[in-house]
Amino acid sequence: MAGKIKSLLALGAVVLTTVALAWAGADAPAQASGAPKPVITKAVKGDQCVEDTDFMRRNHMKLLNHQRDKTVIEGIRTKKHSLKECIECHASEKTGSVAAAKDDFCVSCHSYAAVKIDCFECHSTKPQGPMSMHPLNAETAHYKHKLAARTTSEVSAEEMAGVAQ
Amino acid sequence: MSELNSMSNQAPESPERRRFVGAATAAAGLAIAPGVMLYQVAHGRPDDQPASSAVRWGMLVDTTKCATGCDVCVSACSTENGWTPVAESKHPRQAPQWIRKLELEDPLTQMETNLPMLCQHCAEPPCVDVCPTGASFKRADGIVLVNRHTCIGCRYCMMACPYKARSLVHEPLNDTQKPDVPRGMGCVEACTFCVQKVDRGDGNTACAEACTAAGHNALLFGDMNDPESEISRRLRELPTKQVRADLNLNLGVRYHGI
Repeated sequence: MAGKIKSLLALGAVVLTTVALAWAGADAPAQASGAPKPVITKAVKGDQCVEDTDFMRRNHMKLLNHQRDKTVIEGIRTKKHSLKECIECHASEKTGSVAAAKDDFCVSCHSYAAVKIDCFECHSTKPQGPMSMHPLNAETAHYKHKLAARTTSEVSAEEMAGVAQ
Repeated sequence: MSELNSMSNQAPESPERRRFVGAATAAAGLAIAPGVMLYQVAHGRPDDQPASSAVRWGMLVDTTKCATGCDVCVSACSTENGWTPVAESKHPRQAPQWIRKLELEDPLTQMETNLPMLCQHCAEPPCVDVCPTGASFKRADGIVLVNRHTCIGCRYCMMACPYKARSLVHEPLNDTQKPDVPRGMGCVEACTFCVQKVDRGDGNTACAEACTAAGHNALLFGDMNDPESEISRRLRELPTKQVRADLNLNLGVRYHGI
């Protein structure tokens, strides 16, 4: 009797596994039809970008181009739209850079959209000083707990990629 | 205000009068509206203000104090601006050099002179005259710079410069640049008078700071337009020369003792 129950249970397990696999299989073609979606990691510092996210996705290049001429030619160094400040917030915690690995903030979208970034031919991709010495000044001190929480539950870039796909 | 205008129209102005008019304008600027300033103080300029032509940054090199064999200015520049020191470069003959030490000897008397050579930040820069794209330019405060966004690396400016002050970056830099000092392969570069430090309000360059820290005090950086500044005071007292003064370029770097 006990043997029969065991074999029934085993059969049930096999059936369930097959169904689960079939389910996963049905999803697979949808995945293969498009390019892998970019991994967009939330900025280490801050809750909100200097402009709305939608606006930034479409117009960040215009802001950066405008700011670069103001800075180089006139010497105006406001922080709001400066590339250095983008890097300050968006550098990945893993690589400490916005463009070192394929999942880093800038590269991730740019490779998806197949748009070459020229910024980092000359500009550093890393914020000033190492990430561990990230300047948590009075302005950003209230994000300290966020940083601490992130260091304990680390999500790898591969896992994030899996989630996005 | 009309009284002020009539006063400022009178020429020639003595330094005292100029100072008085400057102070009066500052007071007027303050009085017009809070937050609106007509007269901008040069040092510690706010982030959103452009570099002002009221300032002219310059350097005085006292070659009598410049020590033989000392190169703290060169290493300080390389550290601040992130260029590889020539000795560590794989190709020393084409390595970028923003500032270099020269040792000169008078062939008749064997008198030796030491001096650092760097971009002279001319008021009439030949590099700007020849640049085909407008990448080489002079900022309002007299600092001669290369806009790397428009530089095509033709090296015309390097040929035009009488001081051999510019270099081309030949090798990829592989993300070793400093966040404050973007540099890249295929662009010409030179001394920037530490423009990132100047804009931050430091009012000094890395080389001058290092020279002072080493106790030589051979380099003095400051605003040559401000009659009260240390550099203006020293320029009034010391006999100084411009290198190749015959070219009439009105240099921002003046040498004493050559």
